[in-house]
Parts: sequence; structure tokens; C-alpha cells
Amino acid sequence: MKNYDLVIVGGGPAGLAAAVSARDNGIESILIIERDKELGGILNQCIHNGFGLHTFKEELTGPEYASRFAKQVFERNIEYKLNTMVMDISGDKVVTAMNREDGMFEIQAKAIILAMGCRERSRGALNIPGYRPAGIYSAGTAQRLVNMEGYMPGKKVVILGSGDIGLIMARRMTLEGAKVQVVAELMPYSGGLKRNIVQCLDDFGIPLKLSHTVIDIEGKERVEAVTIAEVGPDRKPIPGSEIRYECDTLLLSCGLLPENELSRSAGVELSPITSGPIVNDSLETNVDGVFACGNVLHVHDLVDYVSQEAAVAGKNAAKYIKEGKDSSAKAVEIFPEGGVRYTVPKYVRPTEIEDKLTVRFRVGAVYKNCYIATYYDDTLINKRKRPVMAPGEMEQVILDKSKLAEFPDLNKITIRIEEA
Amino acid sequence: MYDVAIIGAGVVGSAIARELAKYQVNACVIERDEDVCCGTSKANSAIIHAGFDATPGTLKAKLNVKGNAMMDELSKELDIPFKRNGSLVVCTKDQDPSGLEKLLEKGKANGVPDLKILQRDELIKMEPNLAEDVTCALLAPTGGIVCPFHMTMAFAENAYTNGVEFFLNTEVKSIEKAPYGYTITVSKNPVGADALKGKSGDLSTIETKTIVNAAGVYADVFNNMVSNEKINIVARKGEYMLLDKTAGNHVSHTIFQLPSKMGKGVLVTPTVHGNLLVGPTAIDVDNKEAVNTTADGLDSLSATCSISVKNVPLRQVITSFAGLRAHEAKDDFIIREASDAEGFFNAAGIESPGLSSAPAIGVMVAEMVAAKLNLDKNPNFIGTRKGILNPNTLTMEERNQLIKEQPAYGNIICRCEMITEGEILDAIHRPLGARSLDGVKRRTRAGMGRCQAGFCSPRTMEILEREVPMSMYDITKNGGKSAFVVGLNKEI
Repeated sequence: MKNYDLVIVGGGPAGLAAAVSARDNGIESILIIERDKELGGILNQCIHNGFGLHTFKEELTGPEYASRFAKQVFERNIEYKLNTMVMDISGDKVVTAMNREDGMFEIQAKAIILAMGCRERSRGALNIPGYRPAGIYSAGTAQRLVNMEGYMPGKKVVILGSGDIGLIMARRMTLEGAKVQVVAELMPYSGGLKRNIVQCLDDFGIPLKLSHTVIDIEGKERVEAVTIAEVGPDRKPIPGSEIRYECDTLLLSCGLLPENELSRSAGVELSPITSGPIVNDSLETNVDGVFACGNVLHVHDLVDYVSQEAAVAGKNAAKYIKEGKDSSAKAVEIFPEGGVRYTVPKYVRPTEIEDKLTVRFRVGAVYKNCYIATYYDDTLINKRKRPVMAPGEMEQVILDKSKLAEFPDLNKITIRIEEA
Repeated sequence: MYDVAIIGAGVVGSAIARELAKYQVNACVIERDEDVCCGTSKANSAIIHAGFDATPGTLKAKLNVKGNAMMDELSKELDIPFKRNGSLVVCTKDQDPSGLEKLLEKGKANGVPDLKILQRDELIKMEPNLAEDVTCALLAPTGGIVCPFHMTMAFAENAYTNGVEFFLNTEVKSIEKAPYGYTITVSKNPVGADALKGKSGDLSTIETKTIVNAAGVYADVFNNMVSNEKINIVARKGEYMLLDKTAGNHVSHTIFQLPSKMGKGVLVTPTVHGNLLVGPTAIDVDNKEAVNTTADGLDSLSATCSISVKNVPLRQVITSFAGLRAHEAKDDFIIREASDAEGFFNAAGIESPGLSSAPAIGVMVAEMVAAKLNLDKNPNFIGTRKGILNPNTLTMEERNQLIKEQPAYGNIICRCEMITEGEILDAIHRPLGARSLDGVKRRTRAGMGRCQAGFCSPRTMEILEREVPMSMYDITKNGGKSAFVVGLNKEI
């Protein structure tokens, strides 16, 4: 069995930034394991621009953004294996992986960073009734076909779900010659970024029908038509509201699910809200020395935040490898309330954090002119006004170490949305 | 000139073909779809029933019990994933437990071994997730679960390697009596780009001494072409939900509800591959192609499954599907030579327990045909077949040896089910190999996991393109017009 100080599972934006950060914090023995044929993960098929505004102060395409981090990995001579699948991670941090050249092999790691990303929710998981013909693609599969292989999956398109990949693909399919007829979204708000709705739908005259869903798929061999209907507050279709679209393709962009099958095998505890690991301020899971970052932890809106978060995971993994950890440090739970769906991290150790700790979360509905309020026990610490908050965009709160130090007997932190 | 032409490459047609291959016979199988196992055989409960349900004396009763008993040996000979997990028919406190007694008596009359009725305290030790209202149940230890795809493919591949010809994408248009037997007019169904362009297939004819009609929901159509003993097959739709493997241990037995007139009710069962299956509904439909699921059907499954099993984790559904039972009004299999059409053998009305009975139907029909044609035994028949190697069953040393010899076994294509390129190559290059994504999926399980082929589709397409080889435009989901791509970027 080989030994590495740090094994990073996944060579996408999270894995790359984590590796760079761990190396810069003094870890020599690092291995990135990537299942695809190149580093960069899903960014490689995201050929549109809009990446990196926060990190690099310029607009990059997905592959450009990925290559900036890949370059940092190359410059540091960090080891990586491509075309290699991690088959299992054990609770004592033995990673079993496989590829064509090495066969199946085991690595004992001192620390592991989970950076496997996420997958798209499938038609089956959505329980959409109808036939099961060809022509139903997750938006990401269509994106790969068009952007990486150069093939068009269809000519007349209906999109269900307004996640960012669906919005991006509405524009891409239109630019490549297809007719995108409508984007239907079950919820009364979009799951994607506002800028994508403007740039990918509005600019191309593609209608977005909120509170609509697909209720039937016709065509036994290839999709021939899709019927959508308006849904009521109970999300059930309203009879009489049906609209039938003749089309040959249905793209699905109905949410992303962190890919945590390996985490589960390692004994990592998952959040039922995010489907990602429950972590503390160092992004460490309940399994000692196993950290998580990026979309495997919780689905992000911007890759810049993935990179920031991954750097934190890399730094903390380095610290764990070099110093071990103080298991006696007191952890305080953050309670999401009043529209805050979850927080990452869920636990904060006031004595262990650096000067500032970023807590990220999403809200469960659209809020206008509301406040994000933070309480230490019952004391209001901070109240910040936000003109608009929506489930499609992440929010954050910064916790100050110095302020936390004023509450040595702190029992809980609460973050909630409050009206004026 | 063929001795026998079998219409339909489902589990029944394929089992008959394999049994006929034990004789010296010139046989062919005609299948309208692009692969074997594309109709009723692919969408059912995947159960080998113990055989207590059918009325004693019927073909259903006899062939079910016989077919069930054949499965241990068959699963070894033909490498079919099969497990005797046992079945329970549960009775709830609102139901009359005498229903279980009646089933027990029927089962005994049918020759089902080891049946017994258990009370709740014993049951709950075996199945902690039974619903709170379950009071007692009939246990049938011989009930089993099987992979219906592999069962059908195993029969078909073994028939094929023993000399039976398979005409896939070939649709029977008409059957006429001829001095030597029958002339079957068929058309070649176009696939992929041809099908999208609307190119129609060429007609040709197949001459045969005898015909076996194993055409599932269409068996009445072909029977009625040659016989005045009309039969009427009604398509009875059953909808199912398949759950992720994380839910696969929710129950270990196949849990039935007390049967009603329309069928055996909704069952909850592990599959032989480790998923959890919930279904079926039972609704008669006019359209023999209506394999669509419905909101009502899926909703009703969610409600009904809780009668027998509690807390079924329906959030873990990864796909839903519908199959059509070939229901005949007289409620029994029709397995006989048509009285007014010599040499035309029906295997019709094969609804549940059709999968369980298929091995025995194969023997029965082959014997009838052999007697008719005075066939001699085939001394060269090879009765064994190896399935697709599942590397997960190997030790790490064995696996590494395999990868050294064939590196494709080190390359994971389907991440959810951990299926390697090696397995997909095997699926493509074996007898009657896969030519579509569903063909690969049914043989290897690539694409059958929780992401439902989102990741592996483009990769599997590349492998098909390279290995068959075939054009990307001809790569389909399941034949016909089910092509995946319609052109190059900016070309359409």
C-alpha cells in the first residue's frame, strides 16, 4: 500500500484549489485523483464566460478558469492521476482506486479532502409521467454532447427547470441552431442566477414559465411532444392549464445532488438538506481528517466561492496533518432559522478559527428588503439588509473571532432572515 | 426453408428457441425490436413466483411450479442472476386471514413446497419494516428474484450459439398458409438516422414448416391471421418505481399483498441486483404500445405500497417504468397447436407468472414442435453459457490480473454502478451483442444507476461508435427512431 499525507478525491475546481492551498501550507505529499481524462472537472464543458469575476477580476470561460488553477498545480509539481476512479474510502482513510495502468490499488492517507462535485437530478428521480423515449437529457449531458463532442441532441427543445446549466443550455442550443420553445420551472422563482435569466433567456426571447411543470412526455422512440401545466401552491398541476409543445428534446435542469456515495462508505455523516457532509469551521466531517469542499459539500452558485472554500479545506487539512487536532475544543452549533435552509459549516469552534469565518447558506424562498440577522445565544450580533435574496444565489455571514471570544459560554449561534 | 420460425424474442420465445436447439432443427427467431427482451419481458416484477397463486389444474399453475423448480440448475448452466429470497403474502388487520389459508391450500394442490403461515411476532423478526397493520403472512421459501434481462439474453445467446438464427429489427407483416407450412412476410425496420429520415424497410419472406407464436401482447394478431379460433389479448398495464440501492435492504423477501381480481396487488421487493422495486398497478389499456407511466398510476403506488411495508423511502426513486401484461380473457396460458392451422403453435396469453413459467413453457413447446416434425436430439448441443463477467465479484489480485490482460477492465464508464469498459466491450462483442444504449444497459447495468445514464451516455456512445463500428447518428436508445443526436452543431 502506498502512503500519502493528503489524498484529494476529484480534480475539479474544488480539488485543484484545495491541493494548491495544502501545498502552500507546507504539505509535500499530495495526490489528486481525477476520474476524467483531464483536470478541471465540469468546468471543461462550461465554455461560456462569466467565471472568475471575484477571483481574477475578469471574465473567463470555464476551461480558462480551470486552467488557471491547473497551472498552479503544475507549477507546484503536485502529483495527480487521471482516468482514475476512486472505488472506496474507508473510515480509517484507506482510499481504493482503479485505472487501466495501475489496476486496483490502495492508498493510506493521513487526511482526505472530498471534492467529488455533484450530479444532476434525473428524470426518474423527478417522477415525471409519460413515455421513456430518446431525447430526454439532463442539461449537463446535452452540454457535454454539444460543447465537447460537437453533436446536437435535438432541434426543438423544451427545458424543465431553471437551474443555471439549463439556462446556459437554452442559449447554447439556440446559438447552435435549435429552437428552444420554453423553460418551465416548478417553483415560483428561478433556481438559477438572475444574470443567466437575462443573458440566456430574455436576450433570446425564450419564455420562462414559473410554477409550471411537465405532466406528460409523448413519443415511444424519440420525444414527440411535451405537455406542461401550471401548478398551484401545493405544486400539483392545475387542470385546464395544460400547454402541449411539439418537440424532439426535453432538457432537465432540476437541481444538483452532491455525489456522496464514497463519503457514505467512509462513514461521513450527511445533511438531509444539502445532501453533503456536515462539517465544522475547518470543513472537517465527523470522520477525523476527512474534509470536504465544493459542490460535494453543498451546491454552489459561483465557482469563485468553490475555490475560496477549497482553499480553506486545503489549509485546514495541512494543519491537521502537521499538528493533529485538539478534540477538546468546544464546538457551537449554528441554527438556521426563518428562511435560512442550512449553513456551511454547521459547527464552529470559537477557539480554533482564524480572525474571520465565512458561513455560507441558501434561503428557501425569495425575500425582498429583508435582513440577515445573526445571534449569539439571544444577543443580536449583526443585522444586514439585503434588497433581494433568492434560493438560486448563495448568501453569507462573516463571524469574527474577537466577537466570539466575548461569549465564552456561548451555546448556540442563530442565523435567520428577518423582515424590517 | 426453416423447420420452425419463432415470432418474438422475449423470454418465452427465447426459452423455446433454446429448448428447440436441443434438437436437430433449422430454427429462427423473428423480433421486431433491435434487441431481445424489449417487450413485456423487460418490464415486470422480476420475480420467480413460488406458484401458489394460480388455480390448480391450469397451465399457469403447472408451468409456474415446474419453471420455478428448474431455476436452480438453469441459473448455474446459463449464469443467470437468481436468488431464492422467499416471498410473503401479507394480511392486514382489515383483511380476512382465511385468504391466506386459501392460498396455502391452492399452493399445496399446485405442489409448492414448504409453505407456511406465520404470525406477526415471527414476521417482524424477519422483516422489521412490515406495516404496523400486518397481522400474518404466507411464507413461500421457494419464491425468488431474477434478472429478467439476463434470463432472456441467456436463453437467446445460448440458442444462438447452438445455431438458432435471430432476425432482429424484423417485423412480421403477414402470415400465409403454404403447401410446406407457412410463408411469413417481414419488413426490416430502419434504425437510427434511416428511421429519422423516414426510410422504410424492405419486405422479404421467410418460409417455414411450423411457427411458434410467442409475440406477447401481439400474439392474438398473429394467431388470428391463420386461425379461426380467435383469441383476444388485452394489454394490462403495470407501472413500477425503482429505488436506489441505498433502499435495497428495506425488505429482504418479496412482499405481496393479498391478491385481488386484477392481479397480485402491489409488491415491494429487493431486486437481484440490490435495488428496491415497488409495483405494479393493473389497468387494461387499448393501446398495445402504451408503456407510458401516468401520474395517477405512480401516485397510487406510493399510497398502496404502505399497506404492506412501512416507510418505503420513495425519495430514493431513481426511475419509473410501465410494462404490459398479455392478458387473455380465459385467464390461462394458451399453449397448443391451433386446431385449424397445422404447425402453428401458440404460446399466448403469457402474463404473470409468465417469467417464472418461461423455462417450462420452453420445454413444453419444444416437445410439441419436435413431436410434430419428428426431430432428433442434437448431439452437439452445448447447454452452458457464461454471462458478462462482473469484476466486483473478483478479489483484488484477480481483478488486477484481469486488468493487466485487458486494461479496459480498469476503466470505469458508469460511475453509479461502477461498470467498466471491459464489461461494455463484452456486451457488444458477445453473441447477439448490444447495439444500443439500452442494449448495453440491460447487459451490463451501465446507465441503470442513480444518475440514470447522465454521465455515461456520451462515453458509451463513443464505445459503440468505435467498437461496432457505427455512425453516431445510428446510435439509438433502443432502436427505431430513438437516435441520440440529430446532427452536428449549427448543422441542423
